[in-house]
Amino acid sequence: MAVGALQLGRCSGPLIALIILGAIGAIVAAVISRSGGLALGPGDMAAIRFTFHQAVWSAALSVLLAIPVARALARRRFRGRGIIITLLGAPFILPVIVAVLGLLAVFGRGGWVSTILVGLGGEPISIYGFHGVVLAHVFFNLPLATRLILQAWQAVPAERYRLAAQLAIDGWAFFRIIEWPLLQRAVPGAFALIFVLCLTSFAVALTLGGGPRATTVELAIYQAFRFDFDLGRAAFLSLLQLGLAGTAAAVAVWLVPRVELGRGLDRSHDRWDGRGAGAQDAVVITLAFLFLVLPIGAVAYDGMGGLLVLPGSVFWAAVTSLWVAGLSVGLMLTAALPLAGWMAMRRRAGAEVVGIFGIAISPLMLGTGAFLLINPYADPGRLALVVTACVNALMTLPFALRLMVPALRDLVDDYGRLSLNLGLRGWPLWRIVILPRLRAQMGFAAGLGGALSLGDLGVVTLFADQDRATLPLQMYRLMGAYQMEAASGAAVLLLLLALSVFWLCDWWGRHA
Amino acid sequence: MRYLALAAASIIGAQAAAETPVLTVYTYDSFVSEWGPGPAIETAFEATCDCDLQFVGTGDGAALLARLKLEGSRTEADIILGLDTNLTAAALETGLFAPHGVEADYDLPIEWTDPNFLPYDWGYFAFVHGADVAAPANFKDLAASDQKIVIQDPRSSTPGLGLLLWVKAAYGDEAPTIWDGLADNIVTVTKGWSEAYGLFLDGEADMVLSYTTSPAYHLIAEGDETKAAAPFSEGHYMQVEVAGMLAGTDQPDLAADFMAFVVSDAFQEVIPTTNWMYPAVTPEAGLPEGFETMITPSKSLLFSADEAAMMRDEALAEWLSALSN
Repeated sequence: MAVGALQLGRCSGPLIALIILGAIGAIVAAVISRSGGLALGPGDMAAIRFTFHQAVWSAALSVLLAIPVARALARRRFRGRGIIITLLGAPFILPVIVAVLGLLAVFGRGGWVSTILVGLGGEPISIYGFHGVVLAHVFFNLPLATRLILQAWQAVPAERYRLAAQLAIDGWAFFRIIEWPLLQRAVPGAFALIFVLCLTSFAVALTLGGGPRATTVELAIYQAFRFDFDLGRAAFLSLLQLGLAGTAAAVAVWLVPRVELGRGLDRSHDRWDGRGAGAQDAVVITLAFLFLVLPIGAVAYDGMGGLLVLPGSVFWAAVTSLWVAGLSVGLMLTAALPLAGWMAMRRRAGAEVVGIFGIAISPLMLGTGAFLLINPYADPGRLALVVTACVNALMTLPFALRLMVPALRDLVDDYGRLSLNLGLRGWPLWRIVILPRLRAQMGFAAGLGGALSLGDLGVVTLFADQDRATLPLQMYRLMGAYQMEAASGAAVLLLLLALSVFWLCDWWGRHA
Repeated sequence: MRYLALAAASIIGAQAAAETPVLTVYTYDSFVSEWGPGPAIETAFEATCDCDLQFVGTGDGAALLARLKLEGSRTEADIILGLDTNLTAAALETGLFAPHGVEADYDLPIEWTDPNFLPYDWGYFAFVHGADVAAPANFKDLAASDQKIVIQDPRSSTPGLGLLLWVKAAYGDEAPTIWDGLADNIVTVTKGWSEAYGLFLDGEADMVLSYTTSPAYHLIAEGDETKAAAPFSEGHYMQVEVAGMLAGTDQPDLAADFMAFVVSDAFQEVIPTTNWMYPAVTPEAGLPEGFETMITPSKSLLFSADEAAMMRDEALAEWLSALSN
């Protein structure tokens, strides 16, 4: 009997995929239907080239650097490891402007690195340029790549590490037999995900790129929308962006081989390999930690004073943001579980491409489309927060799928036959077999989704509502009202909240 | 489910309040925030009318116009407040606006002739710098100096577009040369004003493109005298922010009342210390203390709405090509 008979998410999976594709399609159609014609402007090719190059470099470097970091974290157990892993998630969840200011506090003209260099009689560094864009994107995405790859290391059954230790497999042989297959499984997906994330970058690329040389497709969409008010061109450019992302995702999925990691007994991980590499691992972890935490530290240090002068409305905004995040996580898990089940049952994972569209579509277009769809029937301002939650759920879906699909595939391989024999199907199958073993992935995905949703400014600016603002919007309003000190206080509050949400969910996932 | 209940409750609530007429004013986000003029103006206007004034905030001026275009004649808005003269030509093209019929004795440095839009505040773009540093006297000085500036992208920001037109108004066909000269002074270009101003305050640049009235905020709200605006000998480009009445309003009388209210003291005296701009009609009490220390440009530059609309594509192309090399 084939495990295919398990039929995980057989109906609900494709249905949800259809709903997502339908929603995106309707949004794009709504935008296109309002326009005259489609054409590429003269600067568009340059924008496409720049976008593609920076995304490739950013994704490649993020993944390459993440491998040693994940490897070191996977094989070391030390005090504070959990906290380090949580803090490593911080750059990813910060609102763009806060992270940029943090990065500049360290690498900027007046930043710490330049100050030290000048103090030593050298020249200050210049962060602005292509390298600055890549540096910032690596800063944002290295943590994500690290976590995704770390997850792959942890997916290897503990028995394989034991066996390797017993057979004294170490060094190159260990890499070839144990680590290479798991990297083959994890790296293409992580690369594609980060590539797509970097595709829609706009403010970071522009600011750190030092000017219009760093024009991305997203900025061209922005220009088409608000400078030229050419909705057709805006929609056309976002379709192009979608096409680039879809191609990347498809290639990545096609590259992922069906690697059998073997079955295990859910035993806890003990590692014997990597002895003698302790110093090397310590250096790698320290460097990654410093690179990611120093800018965050600068943000926190800068905002301490601001915490004391926060107006009450900021705390209300925080409450609003928390429930938006909660709603978005709920929606995201509801969609992700059946979808992941359905994808895991398929030999070739073409369906995974669907998930990636959520982050590949221009947030501006998504917001505009949603506005056009809602406007004839209701006041978009009233629905602003629900739309924000839906969009955030859509945005975090790819991360959840990335985490859950490989884990679910292993689960089907490991427990599929037994479950079929026992006649487990439907909800009992999920409850008894799948959910308990997917807890780590669910916790991480929920934490990531919640934190990301907390920090997302996104579509809410298009619909802004006088009475209900999210925390990032309130922070932006403070900045817009010259109140930079209070704004940096709000950024610290946001950072604390996002990290707490992330840590709580992740902790729940890791402690059965 | 909970949200459905909430939505239902809000619909029922709206019906219950249907007897009070509602005036809907679309504006930019920072106008409605609690630090902006919105709350004080809402209170003041509602005290004079038996109505409910509702502000709806959307991004900035350009986003506001985009939203109006998206909604077209179906829009709920009775008044649009927050376009500037760079946007009014495109706004008028929509055919959605009606002349407001309000006459006022403006305190604008230029003559106001547009019958369709009513100015409510104005300011000059300027580079803001630390008061202890000598600032360049004009664009050519700036280009020759090694002073670093941070500016906003004209494609995504109102002040960014203002700078583009400032250089164009001052130098005409020579504008590309000026931008070539400025290229090595520009540390970076940001998406919006907040990012640029944040970078400047964090010490990433010596000067930032903002308004001549920016130092007034630091002086009046923070007692901080360390910021100054640099007077440029070419003159300064202006931003005039306007309100417009929609032809399709379902509250024509109320909308006309509001337009008249816009140029009254009750509205105008809120502007200087919330929007940090000059009021279009100086209120009887004058400007708040501290505003007299702001620089007064030798010359006021401003393209008419039609000129601005014609000029901006060319100016953008010049800017892009000068800074993309």
